[in-house]
Amino acid sequence: MKLFEYMAKEIFRNNGIPVPNGRVFSQAGDLAEFVSQNGAVAIKSQILSGGRGKAGGIKFATTPEEAVAKAGELLAADIKGLKVDKVLVEEKIAIDQEIYLAITVDGTRRKPVLLASMAGGVDIEQVPEEKLIKRLIDVSIGLNPYAAREITRQLGLTGSAAKEAADLMLKLYNVFRTYDAELVEINPLVIAKGHVLAADAKMTIDDECAYRYQPDVPIVDERTEAERKARDLGISYVELDGEIGVMANGAGITMATLDLIQEFGSSPRNFMDAGGGSGEEATAKALEILLETKPKALLINIFGGITRCDDVARAFVKVKNSMEINIPVVIRLVGTNEEAGISILRENGIDSYKKIDEAVSKVVALVKNEDSAAVVAAGDAVKA
Amino acid sequence: MAIILDDKIKIIVQGITGNQGQFHTGQMLAYGSTIVGGVSPGKAGQEVQGVPVYETVEEAMQVQTADASVIFVPAKLVKDASLEAMEAGIKTLVIITEHVPLHDAMEIMDYAEKKQVGIIGPNTYGIISPGKSKIGIMPNSIFRPGPVGVVARSGTLSYEIVFQLSSAGIGQSTVLGLGGDRIVGYSFIDILEKFESDPGTQAVVMVGEIGGNAEEEAAQYIRERMSKAVVAFLAGKSAPPGKRMGHAGAIIERGKGTFESKVAALSAAGVQVASLPWEVGEMVKRAL
Repeated sequence: MKLFEYMAKEIFRNNGIPVPNGRVFSQAGDLAEFVSQNGAVAIKSQILSGGRGKAGGIKFATTPEEAVAKAGELLAADIKGLKVDKVLVEEKIAIDQEIYLAITVDGTRRKPVLLASMAGGVDIEQVPEEKLIKRLIDVSIGLNPYAAREITRQLGLTGSAAKEAADLMLKLYNVFRTYDAELVEINPLVIAKGHVLAADAKMTIDDECAYRYQPDVPIVDERTEAERKARDLGISYVELDGEIGVMANGAGITMATLDLIQEFGSSPRNFMDAGGGSGEEATAKALEILLETKPKALLINIFGGITRCDDVARAFVKVKNSMEINIPVVIRLVGTNEEAGISILRENGIDSYKKIDEAVSKVVALVKNEDSAAVVAAGDAVKA
Repeated sequence: MAIILDDKIKIIVQGITGNQGQFHTGQMLAYGSTIVGGVSPGKAGQEVQGVPVYETVEEAMQVQTADASVIFVPAKLVKDASLEAMEAGIKTLVIITEHVPLHDAMEIMDYAEKKQVGIIGPNTYGIISPGKSKIGIMPNSIFRPGPVGVVARSGTLSYEIVFQLSSAGIGQSTVLGLGGDRIVGYSFIDILEKFESDPGTQAVVMVGEIGGNAEEEAAQYIRERMSKAVVAFLAGKSAPPGKRMGHAGAIIERGKGTFESKVAALSAAGVQVASLPWEVGEMVKRAL
């Protein structure tokens, strides 16, 4: 779960990490008082995407009138294709230096890793390796003052800024751990008049830990309606923008099925890993989600391991008979009792195959034929 | 021969009284696995499929020492169960459970490193050495003993490939799922090393997917150190960046972990990369 900047900053503030004085607004008119009290401000659109500055999502103003006008523009705009519901308005900072600082998880080393660079304020992917400090952290001892001091030394910081930066790193690591974060990032961490300040804040929290989120963690839900329904069913589902609805059992096989659809010249409408169940109710609900996204055809790819193919087939037949499915459905069934499963499906008018290539080429052909049929129909209409 | 698991390995099942634990204990016993005990707090003294249930792993180990433990407990209890098994002296830990919190996984792996414990998973189907023993939830019927080692990040995709191999008369030495999470125990490299030194393995199939850089690192190992033939299949060619494709680890982030980068790295290491899943069997046949 990604948090908006203003949410991450609230958590930072609650944990002693210095952030600029600011407030969040959803109505441009409400800014005037804040700006008249604080003077020059930065107005930052709150979207869950990086590269916001370059895309015109951050504006500056010196008077209340100017601030209201510019906030109004941002609140009416789409930045990087995302609607702006809120702006964060902060005092403008006289920046002396910009630092990049992040803590994330190194999947290969299976440890937290702290990343820091004096090349802050830019896209960190553009920063050359030699300018990036990477320090793996042992979770059993955590990040300690000596390590933070060493990092600030490598960064070349001195005086009060070095002390404050080291202290901030310890607090940031504490946030990373206690909030189950996948990523905490400050870009830039600024030095202004000898003091450090988190001018930006990014935070991604592990979706699997909702049961133990800290009380000040808000819930941000980026999922579509269908993705939410699937999540409630315990199905993993991602909406895509292609033609063929897909349901399979297992993440790897679902991915491979999508690849094959593309390989055969069509495109998938979704990723759906329906897990191992063969129950009618679960199947019906999963199909409902697929049909709501209006695919041109459905491809179901089931590897029956412990699940028996004939059970799966019977469930599909019942579901098909009880639901109005008026698009082509192709099923591939392999594994335990596959022959029985396939014949049950065929008897009930459902295209079914044992081989994945046959099933995919069939469903792609059906989609393509539907297209050409539509073209013919349109041609006839023109003639008439 | 096989890697990690043979018919002498004694196994404990943690979470044995749950639905999954009970069912798969039965399946493992039916396959010939040696299960010496189960653990389920508050259920000690019961039996599941004839296997005695203990309060803690320590208690189970006092009655009979085990080499491996398989974990079926809910995600939020996995850290405790894993640390318990490792402290009690278990040397191979198979974590079937999915949705384990990332920070819990880091703590588990940290302790495993210190205790020199081999971890398979989390979010895995486990490990099977066909004809000998299995620890996990894979269907018993599709595996055949033979000379091909299989290591994968994904479950059903492994079954698909194994089913194909078995149907083509090609058996397997050991088949192992690394797990679909961002943080897992054994890596491709760890397992490739074991297959390389296993006299019972003549060729290896690795089944990878987008996300992370495990395949790229494996490619480097294969290029420098591996003499046995490796055939690979990768899933996720069509996956858009930034979307998590089912597995927590299957995501292209900041341009990293793409299908293209993995294919390029593996091909450069002399690995044959099948572009379609049904090509794997043929490629393995030619490599043997």
